[in-house]
Amino acid sequence: MTDYFYLIPIAIGLGLCGLAAFLWSLQSGQYDDLQGAAERILHQDDVPLSH
Amino acid sequence: MSCCGSGAELAMLAAPDPREVLLVSRTIAGGLRQTDLSVPDVHCGACIRTVEKALDALDGVTWARVNLSTKRVTIKWRADASPPPFIETLRNVGYEAHLFEVDGDARDTTLSELIRALAVSGFAASNIMLLSVSVWSGAEPATRDLFHGISALIALPTLIYSGRVFFRSAWQALRHGRTNMDVPISLGVLLAFGMSLYETAIHGPHAYFDAAVTLLFFLLIGRTLDHMMRERARVAVKGLARLAARGALVLQSDGAQTYLPVSEITPDMTIMLAAGERVPVDSQVTKGLSELDVSLVTGESVPQPALPGSVLRAGTLNLTGPLIITATASANESFLAEMLRMMEAAEQGRSVYRRIADRAAGLYAPVVHLTAAITLVSWLIVSGDVHRAITIAVAVLIITCPCALGLAVPMVQVVAARRLFESGIMIKDGGALERLAEIDTVVFDKTGTLTLGNARVVNSDNVDPATLALAGAIAAHSRHPYSRALAAAVPRLQAPIVLDDVSEHPGCGMEARLGGSVLRLGRPEWALTDTSRMDLDGSSVVLSRDGQCVADFRFEDRLRAGAVETVGDLKRDGLAVEVVSGDREMPVRTLASGMGVPYFAGVLPGGKAAHVAELASAGKKVLMVGDGLNDTPALMAAHASMAPASAADVGRNAADLVFLREDLSAVSQAIAVSREAGHLVRQNLALAVGYNLIAVPIAIMGHVTPLVAAIAMSGSSIVVVANALRLRGRGKSDKSQGAGASTPRMSVRLEPAE
Repeated sequence: MTDYFYLIPIAIGLGLCGLAAFLWSLQSGQYDDLQGAAERILHQDDVPLSH
Repeated sequence: MSCCGSGAELAMLAAPDPREVLLVSRTIAGGLRQTDLSVPDVHCGACIRTVEKALDALDGVTWARVNLSTKRVTIKWRADASPPPFIETLRNVGYEAHLFEVDGDARDTTLSELIRALAVSGFAASNIMLLSVSVWSGAEPATRDLFHGISALIALPTLIYSGRVFFRSAWQALRHGRTNMDVPISLGVLLAFGMSLYETAIHGPHAYFDAAVTLLFFLLIGRTLDHMMRERARVAVKGLARLAARGALVLQSDGAQTYLPVSEITPDMTIMLAAGERVPVDSQVTKGLSELDVSLVTGESVPQPALPGSVLRAGTLNLTGPLIITATASANESFLAEMLRMMEAAEQGRSVYRRIADRAAGLYAPVVHLTAAITLVSWLIVSGDVHRAITIAVAVLIITCPCALGLAVPMVQVVAARRLFESGIMIKDGGALERLAEIDTVVFDKTGTLTLGNARVVNSDNVDPATLALAGAIAAHSRHPYSRALAAAVPRLQAPIVLDDVSEHPGCGMEARLGGSVLRLGRPEWALTDTSRMDLDGSSVVLSRDGQCVADFRFEDRLRAGAVETVGDLKRDGLAVEVVSGDREMPVRTLASGMGVPYFAGVLPGGKAAHVAELASAGKKVLMVGDGLNDTPALMAAHASMAPASAADVGRNAADLVFLREDLSAVSQAIAVSREAGHLVRQNLALAVGYNLIAVPIAIMGHVTPLVAAIAMSGSSIVVVANALRLRGRGKSDKSQGAGASTPRMSVRLEPAE
């Protein structure tokens, strides 16, 4: 049992990563216009790849 | 274009002065300025593209982005040039837009604080719960202690970060000698954490870290939803077109013209007022002829003539001709400021409303705390074991911690507000919903509330279609409400009539040439050579050919859709309905007697508020529905208040509810939803109390372990939330019935009473 205790900090660390990612996305305004984002993806202009 | 933005009926409003655009924009980094526009008509991806493309093509615009959720456009443009014509450009592609005050960098900080607190507590709750499950499944003492330790490490920062929302508000309440729901919450959470920490230190078996953090998580969900609901309504109301002047074109003594914000206008300044603009401050006409729409200010539905010497009140709309006016008062002595002062007085006169949740907490907290204290003392006497007595007393506090109670009220109100929002009714806060459910008297304003405040031709059936088409063709050249009504009365599919030399004579009417004859459409005194045979009325317009009467048109203020049914519904529900208007006796009597309700005509603004206050002191709970500036003190004095989206800015901000659609049935609908919500709130409170009646004796007996606490708390919260969601389900079934019933547009003809 105690052999697997190293999994606990990994689990919590992953959770913290998720939390940090959420807070970052909130901070960078990704939730400001959810409806707009859903529509924009359908109307994005095609940009040719530059080689 | 695809589905959106027909752009058909837009051209009537005057575009704002570019200097007004400059006034409400703000400087941002990089030599740019930012302007926010509210564009209520964007609703799909194609709209986004059209709007952004049109704006990007403008000279000087560096960046334009639509926010579809808030229906706003943010535009960044180079500050060194004059503002590009944003509003005209959008109008050309078919979108009505209006300037939106950029209120600094004030993004909604409370909401993001709540969401961050919610995210942190959610993370903590899930992790501590995982650790707790293994403890409950019977982990060995060493493992258990380790897990308790880790839980404590996660819980402490969470409590500090997420808990401060509650601690702050509880502390505020305690400092002022009050209690609110946050006091028992904070006490429960802190005691649970403190005891668990002690338990961990002495390697005890029972720690309540999960209870403390889960509680915070659940309550933050309720709190965040509640805030989002209020914020959404606030933003929606703020996005409506501003109806008061922001500034005015002032003629300096040296002949230069400067655009000054309203606050900088002082008495004796000369102001140039174009047709379609609103009067910025109280003033007097020095030059020019025009007509004024005063419906929003005094409630009179018939346009008033303006000639040199006429006194103008701030907020009236100049309709037909340009005027040169002299300010007689500064902005803070104008009519609007007077209304604001009366609003403050009315607010102070109104009794303070305590929300249901706070009243419940006022009863609940002492009972719970007393129970815990008695448990502590009793166990001390019975067992003599201090540790055991404290553990059980804290368990009582944790189990009674008002998780369900804290969610019982906000959840119902959030669901109700959402249902109202879907019907275009914005509610400013949950307290308004509670107050609305209590009302027993409804006071309506007339102009702009029961009626739309714009005229309609009543006798178009008696007029020969060709003559009507001719009148309509002339009228199409004017902005006067009667002209617009005439133009709208012409049936479609008429061959266009070509007129020569159409000109508008402010205060009189329109003149045009057709063939060799002169056509005049306007006041009988002006259009006809001989008026002795006519019976003249304030609301009649004639069409004349070379001085001879061809047709005579009568106008009535058009009733709002659903007005008659709504008043009927309200009366059937046992509510007393009254009409209180600032308009003249005649139109008010016609309308009120048609609906069979008592009325008061020619009431001054102060009189309205006094009337509402009088009703209130007679023990009535009044709902005031009004739109004009003159209604705002009464809106403030009433127990609950509602305003249409077309209301004066101050009124919209003062009212508890704002309805965006034309249909007046919003009033009865809002009352119905608020009553249903009140019913569910009481049910939820009963459920929460019932839960405590079962759980508390178990806790007092000392049988509550952390596992029991977790199950009981989550269970009761889920029951309460599920009960609140029933309101939503009911809303769906209502709507499918309601949609069919309300589609045909109401048009009730008002026949004069005698």
